[in-house]
Amino acid sequence: MALRSTDILTQTPQGLYCPLGDFHIDPVRPVKRALITHGHSDHARSGHRAVLATRETLRIMGVRYGEDFAGGTQEASLGESLRLGDVSVRFTPAGHVLGSAQISIEAGGTRVVVSGDYKRAEDPTCLPYELVSCDVFITEATFGLPVFRHPDTRAEVRKLLDSVALFPERAHIVGAYALGKAQRVMALLREEGYDRPIYLHGAMERLTEFYKSEGIPLGETPKVAASERSKLAGAIVVCPPSSIQDLWSRRFPDPVTCFASGWMRVRARARQKGVELPLVISDHSDWDDLCRTIRETGAGEVWVTHGQEDALVHWCTTHGIKARPLHMLGYGDEGEVEEAPQAGGDA
Amino acid sequence: MNRFAALLDRLAYEPRRNAKLRLIMDYFRHTPDPERGYALAAMTNALMFKEAKPGLIRGLVEERTDPELFRMSYHYVGDLAETAALIWPAPGHESVAPASAGTPAIGHNNPPPHVPTLTEVVETLATTSKSDLPAKVAGWLDALDETGRWALLKLITRELRVGVSARLAKTAVAQLGGMEPDEVELIWHGLEAPYEDLFAWVEGRGPKPESGNPAPFRPPMLSHPLEDEDFEKLDAADFLAEWKWDGIRLQAVAGHDGHGRPVRRIYSRTGEDVSRAFPDLVEALTFEGAIDGELLIVRDGLVQSFNVLQQRLNRKAVTPKLVAEFPAHLRVYDILTEGGEDLRDLPFIERRRRLEALVARIGDPRIDLSPMVPFGTWEDLAAARADPTSVGAGPDADAIEGCMVKRANSPYLPGRPKGHWYKWKRDPYLVDAVMMYGQRGHGKRSSFYSDYTFGVWRDGPRGEELVPVGKAYHGFTDEELVKLDRYVRNHTVNRFGPVREVEYGKDRGLVLEVAFEGLQRSTRHKSGVAMRFPRINRIRWDKPAAEADRIETLEKILERGEKEVHPLKDQEA
Repeated sequence: MALRSTDILTQTPQGLYCPLGDFHIDPVRPVKRALITHGHSDHARSGHRAVLATRETLRIMGVRYGEDFAGGTQEASLGESLRLGDVSVRFTPAGHVLGSAQISIEAGGTRVVVSGDYKRAEDPTCLPYELVSCDVFITEATFGLPVFRHPDTRAEVRKLLDSVALFPERAHIVGAYALGKAQRVMALLREEGYDRPIYLHGAMERLTEFYKSEGIPLGETPKVAASERSKLAGAIVVCPPSSIQDLWSRRFPDPVTCFASGWMRVRARARQKGVELPLVISDHSDWDDLCRTIRETGAGEVWVTHGQEDALVHWCTTHGIKARPLHMLGYGDEGEVEEAPQAGGDA
Repeated sequence: MNRFAALLDRLAYEPRRNAKLRLIMDYFRHTPDPERGYALAAMTNALMFKEAKPGLIRGLVEERTDPELFRMSYHYVGDLAETAALIWPAPGHESVAPASAGTPAIGHNNPPPHVPTLTEVVETLATTSKSDLPAKVAGWLDALDETGRWALLKLITRELRVGVSARLAKTAVAQLGGMEPDEVELIWHGLEAPYEDLFAWVEGRGPKPESGNPAPFRPPMLSHPLEDEDFEKLDAADFLAEWKWDGIRLQAVAGHDGHGRPVRRIYSRTGEDVSRAFPDLVEALTFEGAIDGELLIVRDGLVQSFNVLQQRLNRKAVTPKLVAEFPAHLRVYDILTEGGEDLRDLPFIERRRRLEALVARIGDPRIDLSPMVPFGTWEDLAAARADPTSVGAGPDADAIEGCMVKRANSPYLPGRPKGHWYKWKRDPYLVDAVMMYGQRGHGKRSSFYSDYTFGVWRDGPRGEELVPVGKAYHGFTDEELVKLDRYVRNHTVNRFGPVREVEYGKDRGLVLEVAFEGLQRSTRHKSGVAMRFPRINRIRWDKPAAEADRIETLEKILERGEKEVHPLKDQEA
């Protein structure tokens, strides 16, 4: 007889827990054994006794927290099954950021997939999402409302380049999350033929260097020196979202405030942040891709971890798929993602 | 339509006035007639079509999407037109369709949808019957992209709101020809969309259009709030005072057209012609000139409260019954022109004499003078403001919301010039209440929990309980909003769609100091009272919920009536 899904995975205050394998996935508090889907700080926290993750995710955690971020680490090879207690575990690309993976857990003929954060759209900086069919699919719903349909990313980047051409006397300050989004924007700019230096806020530097060391071509990306800021007319400068309204950004010549995020689809969100040039570029699935992915996994049951869970649960239910919201705390709540981007925001 | 949509989109994100002006001028320069003229008409709200109701948009969207998903999306986005523009599915799209919908029609032989011009949209709207409108709008929505759909829906519901005033749009036209905006303003009301003669004139290609409007709007003079420190700087002897009426500011203008026929118009303070809403008042404009005053409802010589005035304003159709039940009244306090003479450069005290004489000549009970409030010192005026009845306001005291203080020698200056006119509102009532629910806001607060329902203590069947007494969504700063939003999210105990119930009780909960202008008994509210203009005055992070006020505090305010003006504030001070 097949196991019940809750025998394989349950919810604890630390996060999702697999009793049969005795490990947590993306726990929000220190635990004995943690499996980590990707390096964003709301999923990958320091202080666990043992961490299993992809090589890239382990490296990212090392860059962020120092090499002693966990008692011990183990690399998970993509596509290979591992035995953990009474379950078998496999990491598969999630297409979210460099190193991001979905984690499938199998026991007694039942397969549960914890997708972490994922996207189906093209991204030159990471491996594309791979579909894993399963019985229970655990999904995020950051953009789980049908108003979120991410447009063609290249057209958004061209919007930025058009504005740079139109206002050569102004600096374009692009807010982008330090892990993943920033490097994706830079890679897209390069693909669109932009070959001038892309300037970096100090907070973006180490992760960008890490991406380059992984063989992702991002071109010349100097760090902005304080004395240089006033001279960067016509330049593109990438900084954390929290810096776009900072005094820091005001020192540039007549700055144009840009923000690369899926939230920019909603006008009020852009205006609330004082954004003049919203760029709708997201590392999450939009509504259509959330629905498509749920369908394609063939899952009969869906758990929604965080985000706009109500609408996605409603959609599943009306399409004959059992679904429930987990209301998980500690992962980017819609507002929190924006208010505290360093604390793991990655929309 | 695409170009116009792109303009609106840019304007919506552009905070700077001069940059907005440049964008509009650039659009006018590069867009041919009649398209740009209709754009000007849209920005000045001068388009002649009946606006589409939100119900029409809702209906169209619900035909194609799951109404439940639409409802959730709307609560998240906080703007109907924007939600509809974003959620609108391409023909054949499935992930938002109701699950019960049949196979979507993917294959068809229809030509690709034609993207309409603004001119086509406007002309179609003016000629399409109400029953044909939904199909037309649906066809346009299919043809346009997200920005185009947003602009279209904003246009047809007359809710453009991209931060462009009619004045700014006219200024952009004037600057095309290096002219002053007032030159356009003076001939404006004789012109009609698409304004080809106006553009020809400012671009030096045609003669100045005739001013067909013998009763034009002139921008009103506005006031600044009077702050405590102002009293030391201002000499009471230089000023005159009037009551500040709790009504609607209007400008009434009367003249004669080229054939000697009377032309009478009533404008709102933003220059919108609202004559049609007040036929009873238009009738009384038997003079030649422009006067400035407050719209009130006066029954049997008694000024009614703002609540009563609102009942007339809320009605769409102006029936004889409505006019009889809510008779419009103009209480005037200034005069701009008389018999073709511009009086705006005269000192206020001179204009006041001209106004008194004019009102006496009009001799209509529907138009009367706002009386002066005599005072010698600021202390005298403070006393009068605290108790208007004591200085002769009589039963009208209910409709007074403070004093206007005007420099005796001020000319009538458009806009909000510094140092001339001040408003000195009476102090609000204050009550400490406990937050009970948070709701997502709209507009610029969309998706923040920014509307708070709060309650006070009363004796219930199982001991003391909180009863909701009102809801407030402003009074706090943007920083405080972020904190309140976080508070709601972190203390949620229940979710009801866009509403979250937060923790509250004797030993938990957040106390909000709520300011409000008045109380009314209400059968619609559980507590039996309704607040007027409630807002969050202070967030009492420090105060235990058990120490919030009780319903008796509100009952007392009700009993004392609205004549005593600021009881609570004085107690606390």
